[in-house]
Amino acid sequence: MIMGPYDHRRLKSLLGAWALAACAPEETAAVEAHLTDCAPCADEALRLRDAVRLLHPHDNLDMDPALRSGVLELCLTRRMPGIPMPRWSVPYDAEAARLDALLDDMGEADWGAPVQLAWYDDDRPSVRETSVAGVIGHLLAVDGLLALALGLPDPLAADAPADEAHPRTVASPAGRTEALWREAGSSYAEQQSLAREFRRRHASKMRDEWRTQTYALIRTAGFAGGGVADLLVPYGGGATLPLRDAFLDRAFECWMHAWDIAEAVDYPYVPPTPEHMHLMIDLAARLLPQTLAARRRSGRAAPPRTLVAAGAPGRTLHLEVEGKGGGNWYLPLDSPTALAGPEHTVAHVALEGLEFCRLAAGHVSPEEAAVGRDGEREAVDDFLYATASLSRL
Amino acid sequence: MAHGTGPHGTGQGAFPPRWNRKMQQRLARGEAAALSELYDRFAPLVYGLALRVLENEEEANGVLSEVFSYVWQHPDAYDPKRGQLRSFLAGLAHKHAVRRLRWAVIQAGAAGEIADSEERIRAVTAAARADYIVTSMPEPLRAALELAYFKRRDYRQTAAELGVSADEARRRLRLGLQMLATAYTEAGRPS
Repeated sequence: MIMGPYDHRRLKSLLGAWALAACAPEETAAVEAHLTDCAPCADEALRLRDAVRLLHPHDNLDMDPALRSGVLELCLTRRMPGIPMPRWSVPYDAEAARLDALLDDMGEADWGAPVQLAWYDDDRPSVRETSVAGVIGHLLAVDGLLALALGLPDPLAADAPADEAHPRTVASPAGRTEALWREAGSSYAEQQSLAREFRRRHASKMRDEWRTQTYALIRTAGFAGGGVADLLVPYGGGATLPLRDAFLDRAFECWMHAWDIAEAVDYPYVPPTPEHMHLMIDLAARLLPQTLAARRRSGRAAPPRTLVAAGAPGRTLHLEVEGKGGGNWYLPLDSPTALAGPEHTVAHVALEGLEFCRLAAGHVSPEEAAVGRDGEREAVDDFLYATASLSRL
Repeated sequence: MAHGTGPHGTGQGAFPPRWNRKMQQRLARGEAAALSELYDRFAPLVYGLALRVLENEEEANGVLSEVFSYVWQHPDAYDPKRGQLRSFLAGLAHKHAVRRLRWAVIQAGAAGEIADSEERIRAVTAAARADYIVTSMPEPLRAALELAYFKRRDYRQTAAELGVSADEARRRLRLGLQMLATAYTEAGRPS
């Protein structure tokens, strides 16, 4: 039987779409009428319908994140790598993989979610709303500092026009982020003005560029071996970090921003492995004496009580980080070069590892952080504000 | 099937032949970074296939370890000329999972239950084979199925998103399902 514009040939060509319920209603009706008359088509229709049953929606696999390091370690003990990954790049590798898996699990609609970025600026909390794509763009732009140091291409288009209103401040993390957002239109407001399809494509492009760069960074660090561990990475404003620390800093940022995204889309996100978290906390603890000194110079922290010669014992703050990944750190208070130790402790701060990380990321204020404190009040306050000031956009 | 569609998703998108070749060379050189990358791109695929066969997370974890350590220890077992690395890994996952399933069945199987066990293995094998077929079918067919089934697009929208004619979209959907249907014929049709 031929129904209107539909002949056997055309109806047969529709069988796949029909089995998938991907036809227009009148086509579906025409196919179904045809199936009562045409045995070969009815046979095929049944077979294709059965085949559709073999498809199954994306399983939410819920793979244990700890599985990754377990499997990789097992492999590496069975065959020693010819080109190992430097230890200091391992947390970055792990965190990038975790964020990527989160992005994979997120539904398409979640990509449109607004994400709050919070940090401390000038001892005041700052907040900026962006999109998921904007967060990924931010990571891409700042990771680019390491890419530049390693001689990899800069994710910021080199030929983007610079003008008076938008000078190319490629050196600082914030400047680079703004530049990338401008180039890529990643800010939340700009994202909202885009049609859904464009937004999706843009997000997928940001993600591809970010992930490609993370792989390139890890790979290049491996090839360069230990030789590049001390290479200085400029962070803008004269600040530098040796590459080994820059990788830890980026691992920390990747975790924190993955957490921002997870919160925005209401997904659970667990902390890094204790070993990796310890390395991140250790980096913050090592940066704090210099940060305190800089704050003293700008009048944001109390002046030193005594002048201490380099290497001589000085007043010490005992930082006790509790929980997995925690530990004890002794921070010199009067001068970064003073010798700090338990016997010179004048103040004691105890806080949970996650709380310390949230403080260092500017996600909780120095006033509100859950902290156990003891000893010189001023020293503890200086420490808390200095920790919050480690955060930035 | 994962949401990732490009080479940077979890191994569901198309990987150019050059990418497969390069990855094989990097694994052969013993580049630890390549192993990480391989894991990130294909672990969900391997794990998902294994879980469908074994229905047991611990067992699926076992397959995951076996497959990745096999590839890492025998990088030359994969020949880029013979197809996608993704298909190779899916094949390994399938093989290791079914082997584990057989072993579990043999261990559990009191003598009288063998027939039932064979039936279960056949049914599970059809599902696993279907996963494998979807994983290794030509990218244009898979992309069309992905849009029509997982993203619930009709065939005209599918055509528009793929930038092909409506005729071509219909052809791809039908051909893709025909390929998938062979999972039953080769594994025995489940009752």
